[in-house]
Amino acid sequence: MPEVKQTEYRGSIHQRQKDLMLKWYERLNEAAETGTPPTASLMISGNCVELLEAFGAVPIYPEVNALQLAIRHQSLEPILAAEEIGYAPDNCAYVKADIGCYLKGITPTGGKLPKPDLVLCNFVGCNTYVKWFEHTAVLTGSKLYVLDVPFLCEDEPSQAAIDYVVRQLKEVVTLLESITGKKFDYDRFTEAVRCSAEVEELWSQIKHLARRTPSPFDAYFDAITLMGPLYVYRATPEGVEFFRAALEEMWQKVASGQGVYDQEKFRLVVEGPPPYPYFRTFRDMFAKWKACAVASTYSTVGGLWEFGARHDPDHPFESVAMHMLSQNVTNRNYLQRYEQIKRYIEEWNADGLIIHFVKSCRLFSAGQGDMRDYVTKTLGVPTLYIESDLEDPRYFAEAQTRNRIDAFFETLEHSKLTAKAV
Amino acid sequence: MLCLERTFDKSQDQIADLSFARVGEWKDRHPGAKVIGYFPVYAPVEIIHAAGMLPVGLSGGGDRLDIQHADARFGSFICSIIKTTLEMGLREHLKMFDGILFSSICDSARNLCFVMKRNFPDLYTDFLHLPHNPSSTASVDFLASEYRRLIQELERIGGHEVTEAGLKNAIALYNHNRQLIRHLYALRAQKPHVLRAWESYVLVRAGNLMPVEEHNVLLEESLQELTQRPGKPRDSIRVVVEGAFCEQPPLDLIKLVEDAGCYLVDDDFVIGRSWFTEDVPVNGDAVHALAESYVNRAVYSSVRHDFRAPRWEGLAEKVKRSRADAVLFLIAKFCEPAYFDYVLFKQKLEKIGVPHLLLEFEEKQFTFDRVRTEVETFVESLVFD
Repeated sequence: MPEVKQTEYRGSIHQRQKDLMLKWYERLNEAAETGTPPTASLMISGNCVELLEAFGAVPIYPEVNALQLAIRHQSLEPILAAEEIGYAPDNCAYVKADIGCYLKGITPTGGKLPKPDLVLCNFVGCNTYVKWFEHTAVLTGSKLYVLDVPFLCEDEPSQAAIDYVVRQLKEVVTLLESITGKKFDYDRFTEAVRCSAEVEELWSQIKHLARRTPSPFDAYFDAITLMGPLYVYRATPEGVEFFRAALEEMWQKVASGQGVYDQEKFRLVVEGPPPYPYFRTFRDMFAKWKACAVASTYSTVGGLWEFGARHDPDHPFESVAMHMLSQNVTNRNYLQRYEQIKRYIEEWNADGLIIHFVKSCRLFSAGQGDMRDYVTKTLGVPTLYIESDLEDPRYFAEAQTRNRIDAFFETLEHSKLTAKAV
Repeated sequence: MLCLERTFDKSQDQIADLSFARVGEWKDRHPGAKVIGYFPVYAPVEIIHAAGMLPVGLSGGGDRLDIQHADARFGSFICSIIKTTLEMGLREHLKMFDGILFSSICDSARNLCFVMKRNFPDLYTDFLHLPHNPSSTASVDFLASEYRRLIQELERIGGHEVTEAGLKNAIALYNHNRQLIRHLYALRAQKPHVLRAWESYVLVRAGNLMPVEEHNVLLEESLQELTQRPGKPRDSIRVVVEGAFCEQPPLDLIKLVEDAGCYLVDDDFVIGRSWFTEDVPVNGDAVHALAESYVNRAVYSSVRHDFRAPRWEGLAEKVKRSRADAVLFLIAKFCEPAYFDYVLFKQKLEKIGVPHLLLEFEEKQFTFDRVRTEVETFVESLVFD
């Protein structure tokens, strides 16, 4: 059995993303202290941050706050606080952590988080979000707007669905005008959309570098590191600058033939969010086998750009609507996710699929057994199915998870060896 | 002339029948006609009716279906109705269905729609997005377009044109059906000793499996009989049941709660059958009327979002209207919408001083000793308070 070896992504981008995220928290702290800049809570997936940017408003992403707590091993206390007031063990632990933080006055960095000027629920596939934001609005007394995004049940959204979302986006503009006291700046909005398109192009190019062998980065664990700036800064010049630097750094690694490990042994596709409370432990379980994720569905929560979709500054409202409707994994239907995984396996040349069922998230996890059935039986690709949670540390069974991962790679290694022998 | 007891027994048998014999009889009488099932909670049954089809409300597998295959497809922490519905398909209980409709009630049900689509490619499987932002003027237009899309699909698979007259006829029939159910509930709230909750439940739920015309007759005759039915008041507290809007509790559990000293004076069992607070208008464009009714005259529910009128105010109003002493939260295991609402419901009830008890159930649950003790203790605490 291979030795356990600590591995880490050590590029300068890692430090830059930390700096950018801290800067974001500082701005939120400033908003809490002074009342400016204006803020709005948003859901990461399929968000319309470009509209906020047009008003100089800053997004609050409760998911980012929740995962930051979990990764710092601080999520259990707020989860328990939420359960004390009636939330069930089976409610999404992201929500419980967020609500618990509010009740206990906990923040990921110790700074202050502002009361949002607007709780803007960009409901995109996740029904839990509608409840979450409703509860946030009740707790904080903030204004709530639910931007309803029809679920993508066919290949492409209907014109009626696009019109519906655009009409609501325009209602949000009116609302933001009244909240911020500022007139909507269409040019600033268009510029934000242009920045998003550029970031998406850069991010897509980074994703495509993982098709190379060895992949210069882990498209699950390292992609998650880059996802913070992707969400917070997508519609800004800082975001563009960050992803230019990230792409350049990746190219340098490609040029020097540097992969994630000294020798990439397995190429994987990963489905589902990670167990944030055991993020490092979980990563090491794969690192031990020099198994590199070359693609992941979770990294397309914010947007699915590697297949060509982009925001369009020539049609800003419509392209924001299209992004919300069809260009993120959570609003796409389950069979489209199967197809996405199939493309990853084939085009990114993967050996297997890891399915991480997270108890909190039915959106991701309900039906993953069927997904496994499809990938194993129809595509003939090995899969590993493991269960834990993305936020609640109580559901991570370390020894059992390790055993299953080891057994999977042992089998995969054996299959590779016997295939070679034949 | 009906014998009420026989009607209730028959309805009880029908809702437990996983061979859907009653639906099969309808198909035999209507050769070539299609049957469209719908997953809870709500579906625009008027449209299905107007397409010359039989809408059938699905309610999971109840306590008569062992899960052999579906556990492996849906894993842990997913509610039972998701698994039993898939299991029914995998075990060929859905053979007489030509299509199944799902809607935007929760993430698990939404994913089930597409899992069903993959596993049963010959079945018409569709997903309706019911809007979550009724405060937007765009919601009605969007839902009307969604309904028009559904009409096109049903016309395609059924070969029967959906006409304005057909839709208006269906709306009138279902308006009448909902009126009768409202009467039934009003009677139960007024005289819970005359009509028990389990009786009204099986009577209403049986409507999921038969043409609305027949259900209307059944309800009319039952209501007529009930006016003559004797009943001796019991020493019970008046309770509203909240949270069982999708997966249904075992009938024995409903009976147990009544036997343990509760009059269930209102509930949200199979709430899709009484979805509107008043009639859907029959003047003007019928599709628009259905869409506008969903947005503006639907009952509150954990799966319908309307921030103009918070659900907890709806529950408080229901408690007041039915003169209830307490609320019993009857929540299906792993039902996330109900669990979330429980927190805000609870806060509201505590603010207005209404006692409440939370009970968790699964449709296939068969032992109730713990539940009986909890309910009895709860009732005693109120009676001797």
